[in-house]
Amino acid sequence: MANVEDYVARIEETCGEEKSLIVTFKYDRKDEVIRKILKKAKMEKSVSGIIFELMFGNASFRLYSSGKAIFRNLKDKNELKNILSSLLS
Amino acid sequence: MLDPYKIREDFPILKRRFNDYPLIYFDNAATSQKPKQVIEVVKDFYENHNANVHRAVHTLSQEASELYENAHEEVAKFINAEDMEETVFVRGTTEAINLVAYAWGLYNLRKDDEVLITLMEHHSNIVPWENLSKINGFKVRYAEVNNDGTLDYEAFEKMVSNKTKLVCFSHVSNVTGVVNDVKRIVKVAHEHEALTLVDGAQSVPHLPVNVKDLDVDFLAFSGHKMLAPTGIGVLYGRRGILEKMEPFHGGGEMIREVSFDPVAKRCSISLNSLPWKFEAGTPNVCGGIGLMEAVKYLKKIGMENVESHEEMLTAYAMRRMQECKNVEIYGPKDASAKCGIIPFGINGSSSHDIALALDNYGIMIRSGFHCAQPLHQILKLQSSARASFYIYNTREEIDRFIEVLKEIA
Repeated sequence: MANVEDYVARIEETCGEEKSLIVTFKYDRKDEVIRKILKKAKMEKSVSGIIFELMFGNASFRLYSSGKAIFRNLKDKNELKNILSSLLS
Repeated sequence: MLDPYKIREDFPILKRRFNDYPLIYFDNAATSQKPKQVIEVVKDFYENHNANVHRAVHTLSQEASELYENAHEEVAKFINAEDMEETVFVRGTTEAINLVAYAWGLYNLRKDDEVLITLMEHHSNIVPWENLSKINGFKVRYAEVNNDGTLDYEAFEKMVSNKTKLVCFSHVSNVTGVVNDVKRIVKVAHEHEALTLVDGAQSVPHLPVNVKDLDVDFLAFSGHKMLAPTGIGVLYGRRGILEKMEPFHGGGEMIREVSFDPVAKRCSISLNSLPWKFEAGTPNVCGGIGLMEAVKYLKKIGMENVESHEEMLTAYAMRRMQECKNVEIYGPKDASAKCGIIPFGINGSSSHDIALALDNYGIMIRSGFHCAQPLHQILKLQSSARASFYIYNTREEIDRFIEVLKEIA
């Protein structure tokens, strides 16, 4: 399992009724992160090759080529970290 | 006329690129960018004039005091206050509203009284009143807004009564950009002898605001939304009201004397004059001087020009956004009823999806509730994406924004 802290710069909860978590990956590792995630997650849709709608297990999320991702409807940050750990290993 | 291209040369941050795209900054309702004139004055203060203000005899302190006092004068003139005694420097709009709540409301609101606010308020104009009502037992009442986010004036007017002691409302909604008719609201409030507190966070940076003409009792606004540094804001208050108010915070600067009575074994306190009575402790001297420079910058452009430039951008953006399928603009569709703010959504995407997608292209907007959850409930929105403009934004930036919206929608 990957150490999430090695890849993640920041996790932020969104403001609004939709409870989502936004992940900003470390800038110097973003290309590696994107490569790893795209390899493991199932692609639902891609916009211009820079925004990816993805599924991983039951987790639905969007990954951006800027090195950010938004995960929807997760219970908490721990669940997110577990998912990221699997995605990045 | 305002030349945004010339203005842009003053804003170093606008030269930044993100993911190889030029920065398009459309999050001005949250905070504005800073021109080099403001950045320079802050740098110059720390390099050449830094000292604590008032009561020191040395030259540096006198320089700092003079600059800080001049800043109050400049701000007073900007909003047409009687003089600097009516302009209290605070951290921002939130602190200004809390000051009124705890230095006026705590002592003047009683069990059967009512504070009337609107459902379009920012949380900073809701929470202090709800909190204080738990202490004093007065009632907080909410004036309804229409389905498009405009104030229901008739319903509002019916809610004002002799029980109403204070009417608090935003001049411009931070979600929809709706401009409220301040004079109309103030007239009704004053007919019932209620005081008025206007949240000017989204108006003072964008329109000419004249406190005498509007006849408001209190006006709160933030420096950072009008080119100044963060951590500085203003509470305007009518002198007669401020004079009767108790201080908000206690400490140095806000007192004239603290003398110990050896018999009573207590200290007696005499308060300083306005506005210092409300500025306890070492103030944000540099922030105040930065605000003065920001005000000078805006005055040079002319607030009428700022207003018409933003009106043009808003109308243009709203017209072009209607070209984008799946994009819905929330709130009034008439740009002339608004001030530089456009809330919107894309079918099938959350506001955060939209903001992150735009961010990928270097376009910075805000998403979420914008600290106005009750208004989102009324508009039946889970959240909203918000584009907001300022003096340095251009039609070309809007064209690019539309191009990207079409791509992601």
